[in-house]
Amino acid sequence: MNNTTNTATSQTLPVYKKRGQGAEIWRRFRQNKNAMVGMCIFLVLVSFALFAEFIAPYDPIEQDLLNIMQTPSRQHILGTDELGRDIFSRIVYGSRISMTVGLIAVGIAFVAGSALGVICGYYGGILDNVIMRFVDILMSIPAILLNISIVAALGTGLQNVMIAIGISNVPRFCRIIRASVMSLREQEFVEASRAAGAKDLYIVMRHIIPNCLAPLIIQATVSIGSSILQCASLSFIGLGIVPPTPEWGAMLSTGRDFLRKAPHLTTFPGLAIMAAVYAMNLMGDGLRDALDPKLKN
Amino acid sequence: MKLLEVKNLKKYFATKNGLLHAVDGVSLEIKKGETLGLVGESGCGKSTIGRLVIRLLEATEGEILFEGKDLAKLNKEEMRRMRCKMQIIFQDPYASLDPRKNVFESIAEPLRVQKVYSDKKELERHIYELMETVGLAQRLANSYPHELDGGRRQRVGVARAIALDPVFMVLDEPVSALDVSIQAQILNLLQQLQKEFDLTYLFISHDLSVVKHISDRVAVMYLGKLVEVSNYKAIFKDPLHPYTQALLSAVPVPRIDVQREKIILEGDVPSPINPKPGCRFAGRCRYCEEVCKTETPPLREISQDHFVACHFPGNRV
Amino acid sequence: MSQQEKLLEIKNLTVHYATVDGTVRAVENLNLSVDAGQTLGLVGETGAGKTTTVKTIMRILPVPPSIIKNGEILYKGEDLLKKSQKEMRSIRGEKISMIFQDPMTSLNPVLTVGDQIKEAIELHTKVNKRKAFELAGDMLETVGIKRDRANDYPHQFSGGMKQRVVIAMALACNPELLIADEPTTALDVTIQAQVLELMKRLKVQYNTSMIMITHDLGIVAEICDYVAIMYAGEVVEYGTREDVFLRAQHPYTKGLFTCIPDMYSDDNRLIPIRGLMPDPSNLPSGCKFHTRCDYKCERCEKEEPSVVEVSSGHYVKCFFALPQNVASSKVSVKMPV
Repeated sequence: MNNTTNTATSQTLPVYKKRGQGAEIWRRFRQNKNAMVGMCIFLVLVSFALFAEFIAPYDPIEQDLLNIMQTPSRQHILGTDELGRDIFSRIVYGSRISMTVGLIAVGIAFVAGSALGVICGYYGGILDNVIMRFVDILMSIPAILLNISIVAALGTGLQNVMIAIGISNVPRFCRIIRASVMSLREQEFVEASRAAGAKDLYIVMRHIIPNCLAPLIIQATVSIGSSILQCASLSFIGLGIVPPTPEWGAMLSTGRDFLRKAPHLTTFPGLAIMAAVYAMNLMGDGLRDALDPKLKN
Repeated sequence: MKLLEVKNLKKYFATKNGLLHAVDGVSLEIKKGETLGLVGESGCGKSTIGRLVIRLLEATEGEILFEGKDLAKLNKEEMRRMRCKMQIIFQDPYASLDPRKNVFESIAEPLRVQKVYSDKKELERHIYELMETVGLAQRLANSYPHELDGGRRQRVGVARAIALDPVFMVLDEPVSALDVSIQAQILNLLQQLQKEFDLTYLFISHDLSVVKHISDRVAVMYLGKLVEVSNYKAIFKDPLHPYTQALLSAVPVPRIDVQREKIILEGDVPSPINPKPGCRFAGRCRYCEEVCKTETPPLREISQDHFVACHFPGNRV
Repeated sequence: MSQQEKLLEIKNLTVHYATVDGTVRAVENLNLSVDAGQTLGLVGETGAGKTTTVKTIMRILPVPPSIIKNGEILYKGEDLLKKSQKEMRSIRGEKISMIFQDPMTSLNPVLTVGDQIKEAIELHTKVNKRKAFELAGDMLETVGIKRDRANDYPHQFSGGMKQRVVIAMALACNPELLIADEPTTALDVTIQAQVLELMKRLKVQYNTSMIMITHDLGIVAEICDYVAIMYAGEVVEYGTREDVFLRAQHPYTKGLFTCIPDMYSDDNRLIPIRGLMPDPSNLPSGCKFHTRCDYKCERCEKEEPSVVEVSSGHYVKCFFALPQNVASSKVSVKMPV
């Protein structure tokens, strides 16, 4: 309040402490307890992936046929699977593939879907029609069929699996962002920016994308979980990760056969997937709130 | 000296029901340093003109000469640089500010996109100077639009617009969304800036008393066409077009000691989609004759600097 | 003004809103009255408490978050605040009707306008459907819409026509009091003139009393008999139209007049009221206007001024208000600068 009155008198303007918007967002994110819990879980999972060799007590593919399907014990804190492999070690190593698949596949969908959505929504016209019809076709094919055909065409392997899952997730992102862009395009602040001489790319990056992040972030966090499972189903039919490589989805689907005899075979990888998805959800919500200045506190 | 000259400007929009003649053959000029008030009711095309003259919309037909240069002939990059000289202030200061950008960033945007400063400190200094010019306390730099009231938001809009030192500004209903006491503050600010920076204004409004207050000349618009153009005194003392007369008499005046003849127009503004030939106002005009329904009256000079588009100008009871 | 003439009398009304940011004092100690057949203009800026006041009269304010702290609203001597919601339902629409600002949202888009007026009639009078529909047609004609348009849907009408339909609906049961909340703000000037003309005619025809909420003193000059100027939840000046337009005493009222451009004068200066409307959850002490007042003294910051009757029926809430026999009619009050 006090510097409003004396500004006119001094030659050098007393500059009020300016806070960057990035710092502001980080401050708001940090204050969000849920987001911080999510970030802790996420960091734990990431460190699993990075330091698997040091964390895992056993070799994840070493079989021990004398001790199969053991319930959790002191030697094997999460028990062993149908081939006597240590489940905890497999989860730790599995996080490498599962986290990569989840993040990269969603990343591909996020970037490609947003780009297409922005082009459609911002420019409209024939281009919009052509791209959207193509997206409709993609959407009408069941995800698993789409994945199978893309992997079949590109060949198996982790990289192609991620591309396939990414592509099958593109339509949802594209639709969501297109709808937001179409309403944002008409907003006066976009017009104001154009009047200031801003180029299209600037307007899209600075005004349009930040304003439609909320639904995108939600979609992304939901997609991470489903991507891990899609990867598992591809592995199941032999197109994804080849056994015995540890991977959460694959652990889940092989454990299914022993659901009654040894439920812990599915429970623990399931919990790992859940933890990953939950962490992403919490962080996503936190990020969305942190990005929205209206929820500032 | 003419700063802006518009010749036979047309803008048609294709709609489901036909061609919407938003602006239909408008010619006008604005001299350097003056304020031209553009008055009309909603849907008459006044905001469309405001966007056409700074090329936020592309005209269907016609020429826009700014400092003698035809804007339509400029390529994208030339137009982008030209935008430094022409700015717009919008009606709704809430919608015209990005909700995710704080005051500092909003004001900085024009300076950033035009790459005026390479030095961060200088940019900052200029922005704080701008904030002081428009009467915003520096502590508001970190605030977001939703935390500000309408008057302050509009001040941010003004600061943005003058950031690039423009010579010409389109003011599209800049005070209509504000409370009366705040309205006066913003109007005074706009007038003060005009003097200080030698600005030329195109002031678009539906509020005749505000237009009279701020304008040197006034253009009255009805359904995509200009019906009367003159200096503000002539228009308000001696309106010649029947529509201008009706519009003037319809404004509620906050005085009880002025006796006025009330002209209540019948019916609504007709649709601008595929308009009928003849005078656009014929259907609601008290003095309508046969010729009005068939022939479109041109805008002609009746007395010095007083242009009217009517077959029977000055027809009064 | 004898006691019987008063149709509506508001005494010491205080309405607060409980919000997370604290208590919002929307209306504080408000006193108003409306006489039979008269129109009261309620003037003020955004956040002055105009709409809260009339919504309290109609008892359509959601409780909570709003709390009616204190006061009485006497309608023909009966306190509306003590009525049950059931009793209020028979008063709303039949005795007191309300018109809202936006005609676009106050009509149901999926029903024909005829049906909507008919419904309003059926709710309050015991007539059969056919008769009610006929009455609805009559009402449409009264507001200048052809009877055969009763079967049209709201979207087929323009804004001005819709507002006429809303007026027809409000007047369908011949209420004694009509509350109009900025009824012409959303309309164009020439259409506004039409609607104001219609309201003036109907007011005489039905002898309805009216409370007109507006921020436009021009509309007040045209249609109102009495004016109440509201600021930060209080009435700061109340009187006849002549009192307020010619002999205004409160600095805020005067400010309202000097800050609007006058079409009938060549004086090209606007004197704005400086500053901003105070935050209603954090109102200043003493006189609520002192933060923006050019005449304030120390006393204004500490003490709340009481209401002074400067001449018969003309009330001003200001320390510097002078009774009329002291001040001349032109120079209304001498204030220390």
